[in-house]
Amino acid sequence: MTEALEILFTASFWVAAIRIASPLIFATMGELICERAGVLNLGIEGIMTVGAFAGWFTVYSGGDLWTGVLVAALSGAAFGLLHGTLTVPLGLSQHVVGIGITLLATSLTYFTYRLALPEVTSPPKIEPFQPLPIPGLSKIPILGEALFSQTPLTYLAFLTVAIVAWVLYRTPLGLAVRAAGENPTAVEAQGISVSGIRIGAVMAGSALMAVGGAFLTMSAFNSFFFEMINGRGWICIALVVFGSWRPGKALLGAILFAAFDAYQVRLQQLTGGIVPYQIFLMMPYLLSILALVLVARRATYPKALMIPYQKGER
Amino acid sequence: MRLEPKPAPSLAETLLYPVGAIVATLVIASLLVLAAGASPFSVFALVARGAAGSQFAIVETLTRATPLIFTGLAVAVAFRARLWNIGAEAQLYAGAVITVVLGTGLLPLPSFLLIPLIAIAAMLAGALLLLGPAMLKTRFGVDEVVTTLLLNFVVILFVSMLLEGVLKDPTGLGWPQSQKLIAEARLPRIIQGKRLHYGFVLALVSAVVVWIIMKKTALGFEMRAVGHNPEAAFFAGIPVNRVLAKTALLSGGLAALAGFSEVAGLKGNLTLDLSPGYGYTGIVVAMLAMLNPLGVVAAAIFVAGIFVGADAMSRTAGVPSYIADVMVATALLTMVVAILLSRYRLRWA
Repeated sequence: MTEALEILFTASFWVAAIRIASPLIFATMGELICERAGVLNLGIEGIMTVGAFAGWFTVYSGGDLWTGVLVAALSGAAFGLLHGTLTVPLGLSQHVVGIGITLLATSLTYFTYRLALPEVTSPPKIEPFQPLPIPGLSKIPILGEALFSQTPLTYLAFLTVAIVAWVLYRTPLGLAVRAAGENPTAVEAQGISVSGIRIGAVMAGSALMAVGGAFLTMSAFNSFFFEMINGRGWICIALVVFGSWRPGKALLGAILFAAFDAYQVRLQQLTGGIVPYQIFLMMPYLLSILALVLVARRATYPKALMIPYQKGER
Repeated sequence: MRLEPKPAPSLAETLLYPVGAIVATLVIASLLVLAAGASPFSVFALVARGAAGSQFAIVETLTRATPLIFTGLAVAVAFRARLWNIGAEAQLYAGAVITVVLGTGLLPLPSFLLIPLIAIAAMLAGALLLLGPAMLKTRFGVDEVVTTLLLNFVVILFVSMLLEGVLKDPTGLGWPQSQKLIAEARLPRIIQGKRLHYGFVLALVSAVVVWIIMKKTALGFEMRAVGHNPEAAFFAGIPVNRVLAKTALLSGGLAALAGFSEVAGLKGNLTLDLSPGYGYTGIVVAMLAMLNPLGVVAAAIFVAGIFVGADAMSRTAGVPSYIADVMVATALLTMVVAILLSRYRLRWA
């Protein structure tokens, strides 16, 4: 029993937790931006798949790592543009379009993968991002090691949270985005295009989701394989609700969630096969459902979430 | 850009829109075929021949359509009441698990008793599995899209646990698969020696029954009213939450029949690859059918044809068979746009 507790005081556990959290942080921020502007983006799972492939494939074809991240972000934004066009000016069901985008993005990725690499049985590996310990800070026991001995992409994830929070709460653009999700008529009254803001938010959010996917291939598993996103996108949607649409809270939620995930892996090793491993693997999904139920009653959704806006209509 | 309502289209026009969506899908798919270095015309001809060019192809397409009719009906029923059931995949596996539990010798009954009993029990399992998310929606306001999606992963892990545990076939050489069903629990084949089984007939009957429920019963009316405008339905005295619960039971039960039919009719046992995403493809089927239960049958056969045809094409033309998945996803998106255009005019202003 003490062994199970001792895990919590090891640096390696927290290093793993922060690493597991990183892709979730990117994608959760992406979904948060979309939803704050009033658009539920269920394309997230597919867009993460595209990002994972695009980043990895760029590096595999000879590009450098940061070019890979950029390509991933751009391909995510492209699917965001498609999602935004269908749901914002055309006002189509965000549920149906989102699922459609996930199916399309996933199948296009698999098609491209098979086309580019016919007949490979084990997916080729790339040289991934290497850990970049911050001198001094990474020497602080546990906390410092966990936060400051990660790869550059993890640092970028944390930076993204700060930027998203700053833009949303401290800039006119952020005000327009938040208003588009709360009271679009007021945005239009200011002479700002609600459609423009919403499509832009979905594109930016989708780019972040794709970078989240790219983290998995470029900073965690070093290669691309089918079904590797494995529901992480859906978990991020739960994390946005859990974080009550605030970047800081969502970040904490993602880290808490990742800590649970890292913990269950270690617990699995401790129990040595007495408990079926599937029970542990179910935990993240069950935990997400539980989190949704816990916050549901006091969740304050952006008021215009999932409500299409038509100019001149109220 | 603005949307302006236009008069309801005639039946002929209504049918034109799905055709337009399919043409648009073929155009987009052509680009991918060109990217793969093949000729779109010969590839589509190969897909068509693989889907319907021989008796073998037709039987194969109808066999593949069977689970899609069930999941398509499940989605059509739920979406009609705006219950976003994205969990047909999980409900399918729930039905399959019950089929294996009851059909491998636990109940020594003759076929005419055992098969209906298993089918009903399977439906019950799927129904209850969706009732959970539906209750979370009505009681706590938890979005059912996310809960049903997350439950898909939970249920598949649960099935994996069963197949490596209590349901594992001891003679399966270590593979995670269940025992074979006893002969009394198997759905017979429609034509001796061909894979098409009576699950297909059950699917057709289900489509008619669902059509009757939707068009001719009070429940069907209430479901449509709730889907159209839940607040208005509430003020009209319709018990919205109870209608949603009934919708969930019906939808989950239909999806579970897909699992029952695949195990009892086609495979004979349960493995983890029972469904290559039939639950998700059911969403496309339902949308292509514009949520019409009878349309679901046609849409399911069409979608199944694409998959079966693409498999055959891929073997000869070398274009990855994932082209079928791309086409089906594209068809979903072009179809929702087509439905929009059937109701609204786009004005650039």
